[in-house]
Amino acid sequence: MSEAAIQARELTRRFGDFVAVDHATFQVQTGQVFGFLGPNGAGKTTTIRMLTGLLPPSSGVARVAGLDPAAESRRLRGRLGYMSQLFSLYGDLTVAENIDLFGGLYEVTGERFRARRAWVLEMAGLEGQEKRLTAELPLGWKQRLALGCAVLHEPPILFLDEPTSGVDPVARRAFWDLIDALAEGGTTVLVSTHYMEEAEYCNRLLLMNRGRVIAEGTPGELRARLETPDASLEDVFVELVRREGGAVVG
Amino acid sequence: MDAANVAYDPVVRLSGLTRRFGPLTAVDGLELEVRRGELFGIVGPDGAGKTTTLRILAGVLPPSGGRAEVLGVDVGADPEGAKPRVAYMAQRFGLYGDLTVAENLRFYADLYRVPRAARPERLERLYRFSNLGPFTDRLAANLSGGMKQKLALSCALIHEPELLLLDEPTFGVDPISRRELWAILREMNERGVTIVLTTSYLDEAERCHRVAMLHQGRILDLDTPARLQATMHGSLLAVRARPARAARDALRATPGVRRASLFGQALHVVVDEAADGEVLVRAALGSMEVDGVEVIRPSLEDVFIERVGADV
Repeated sequence: MSEAAIQARELTRRFGDFVAVDHATFQVQTGQVFGFLGPNGAGKTTTIRMLTGLLPPSSGVARVAGLDPAAESRRLRGRLGYMSQLFSLYGDLTVAENIDLFGGLYEVTGERFRARRAWVLEMAGLEGQEKRLTAELPLGWKQRLALGCAVLHEPPILFLDEPTSGVDPVARRAFWDLIDALAEGGTTVLVSTHYMEEAEYCNRLLLMNRGRVIAEGTPGELRARLETPDASLEDVFVELVRREGGAVVG
Repeated sequence: MDAANVAYDPVVRLSGLTRRFGPLTAVDGLELEVRRGELFGIVGPDGAGKTTTLRILAGVLPPSGGRAEVLGVDVGADPEGAKPRVAYMAQRFGLYGDLTVAENLRFYADLYRVPRAARPERLERLYRFSNLGPFTDRLAANLSGGMKQKLALSCALIHEPELLLLDEPTFGVDPISRRELWAILREMNERGVTIVLTTSYLDEAERCHRVAMLHQGRILDLDTPARLQATMHGSLLAVRARPARAARDALRATPGVRRASLFGQALHVVVDEAADGEVLVRAALGSMEVDGVEVIRPSLEDVFIERVGADV
């Protein structure tokens, strides 16, 4: 059996007395689109930071792309893509300059860089717009460019932290179309989101609350946990969090 | 003003409203009325003119042409005239991070000259709505995203406006806080406050009395969500097939299929006739794995995608 793309075992992170992530155990198989759900303060971002090697765990272990993020974060960087709602793009650089920057960062050079740059421009629909300032692009385009830059080095694993907050439905669908294409090509995608509509695009979902994993399954399995037949994923989310005694206040 | 219009008692009336930024026409001849007591949604893609329209209504941006009347005041000619009776919550509402919850509310109460005698009762009600009562001494900077939005909304409501203008009020808010925010909006609306809001989330638009779909500065459609949903051409099928993208491409190439797009784990497929829809779909997909085909009711988002004509 092949190793899971992402594994977390009893992963825990404390900040002083506060337990941000409390013995989280889960795994994500290669090529899955895996959704991380939970209220603000549930521990989603802290978990992602541990999985990407940005934050050491207090206890427990993680394995990502065959590496230990806490010990091998430099090597891991070449195997991960990361995109957040805050976008990692520089607004005062042009589209082409942003792509160049990521090429340097990820050491994608020469002919491979030229091929990847052409791919990013095409998938983001930005051909002919290379000289435009990134700040001037519509949000949906910026987002696709940010995604392209995040996967410029063709990482096997992609982390998306609330990737589509605030974009319109058309741009959102176009974005998920790209994610789906990446997953079909074998990329493992872990996405955190507040929007249940995005959760529908995931193969599996993990629901966190107060630092703990409170549910995991396919969207269909999670729906089946509520007795009401037409429950939306949002109903499921709210009900499961309520059963756990509510969200962290603050 | 004729008698019919008086009877409608419009709180907002736009005629030929236009706003240009250099060569760009952000809002292009808008005509619409929002009636007293309505919960009115404006939806549209990025750059459709939603925020620009709200900013004009709020009196913070002058129109380039046409007329915008808010509570009977021509806001182009008199931007301050309606402000005491209007609340505007922009996407980045001005909360002071280094002030506490209570201090932010007091600041807005002062700004809007809320009489001191009226404050305790209003604050009590706003704290009850927002569940912020236990956090009066917490710095706004230390609130979660959802709590910040609830505080912003409370600040916007402190002067008991007749009209509430909200720009993407649930941006970045988790589902639990989103429900709380909507509960507050509904209660305000039941108390008679007219609400105009923009949103990128069509499930939220479905909770509005009427919805205007904006695209490139113009209104594509304006009606109740139910009537908008009824106007969709063709029938909508949810198709579960693998591989999804290949299935979509095959369906797009099939005569009788108007539209096919990925939607979550399923494909949403619009066909001319529901009756032979399943046969058509299965024939188009040939040897692909098809898990199920069912006719579903179009959501407002499906209607929106159809109207905008986007190929997604």
